[in-house]
Amino acid sequence: MNLSGDIWVWVGALLTLSIFSFLYKDNPFYKFAEHLFVGVSAAYWMCMGIWGTLVPNLFAKLHPPLMKTILPAVAGKEPDYWYFIPLILGIMFLMRLSPKGAWISRWALAFIVGTTAGLYLTRSLRSDFIGQIQYSIIPLVTYKDGAFNFVGTISNIIIFLGVFCGLIYFFFSKEHKGAFGVASRVGIYILMITFGAGFGYTVMARISLLVGRMQYLFADWLGVISR
Amino acid sequence: MKRTLPLVIVFCSGILLIIQHFIPSEESEFLYTYALDWIITVGVYAIMLGIWSLIRVTVNKARRDPGERFYAITTLAGFSFMVLTGWRAESLHAGSIFMTAFNYILIPIQATIFSLLAFYVASASYRAFRARSALATVLLLTAFIVMLRLIPLGPISKANNWLVGWILMVPNLAASRAIILGVGLGMIATSMKIILGIERKYLGGD
Repeated sequence: MNLSGDIWVWVGALLTLSIFSFLYKDNPFYKFAEHLFVGVSAAYWMCMGIWGTLVPNLFAKLHPPLMKTILPAVAGKEPDYWYFIPLILGIMFLMRLSPKGAWISRWALAFIVGTTAGLYLTRSLRSDFIGQIQYSIIPLVTYKDGAFNFVGTISNIIIFLGVFCGLIYFFFSKEHKGAFGVASRVGIYILMITFGAGFGYTVMARISLLVGRMQYLFADWLGVISR
Repeated sequence: MKRTLPLVIVFCSGILLIIQHFIPSEESEFLYTYALDWIITVGVYAIMLGIWSLIRVTVNKARRDPGERFYAITTLAGFSFMVLTGWRAESLHAGSIFMTAFNYILIPIQATIFSLLAFYVASASYRAFRARSALATVLLLTAFIVMLRLIPLGPISKANNWLVGWILMVPNLAASRAIILGVGLGMIATSMKIILGIERKYLGGD
């Protein structure tokens, strides 16, 4: 046993144990770690937002000489006055805190909502809709080095029919009966394979996180195993 | 002014972003680049609003509920500590107190919370995935095959790896495409409803 002498390793280990204590039941140690997490993560994302986004994307664009000590790359650059628009929109957003002027924040919100809707409309149309259809219209018989490719052919047929039947399963404007019902049934089997694969991967990801925490406790903190 | 102008802004900004996609030009590139930058920048102000709300709720909880006072103070103390240590630009560099706190407070808690799910997923799957129907059997079997991928099984490993690869690249891909197509259509319909002012819940009340 080679106990760590680093105070921060102890902090991490005790917080890890506090969270694990929830496996028994909700308790003060878990609640302490949970509340600490809320406060720390809020401040972390705020600082990241300021130093990672506001400073380089807004202040450095509006007033480069002011930011040259923090971001040497902006030294000598001309101010970009187009960035007064997000500054004004941001101030409008903060008007939400004013009881009388809260309605002004809707203008900034409207800009974000409208721009995002416009961006996502074309993006979804191109990649999620047209792109997926394009990649699903594939040859149903394939050849490899001039010879018939059995696995490739079966795979392409399953991809084509899988997409088709999966879409039929999600089509609720017609009752799932007869040939339509058979196709829908095939669709749900294909979907179950996807959900099974997703479940398997989720479990593996969680187990690997658990292994990571155990390694931290037994190797980094207690020093009873080596990494 | 309070409700009509936001709808006009949504319509104009949405239509402009759609048009720029269909008319490739220098102006379109300018609009696209700047719009993306502006959304991210204004988004940071939204984080600040959220933080203000968190502080207000926590302070009120500390004042009104003696049982929760200690936990509310813990939240505020954690927040203050991170703000004080992250006040300077150098705070984001490796080895600073801010980044050390991130590595030894935030990361352990976050990773442990997610790893807790390993226990709950195991117990939930025991109850839910008993192979009572053909559909449940397909789901269970696929999950089992996928999970075996990382376990060394001697000569079976090679065949299992091939099978997992095939499952992911063929049936999984087919169903994922059907889902993505559905989601894509939903996104397009929702975006159009927002731009045309049919969907206006984001404006809130009054």
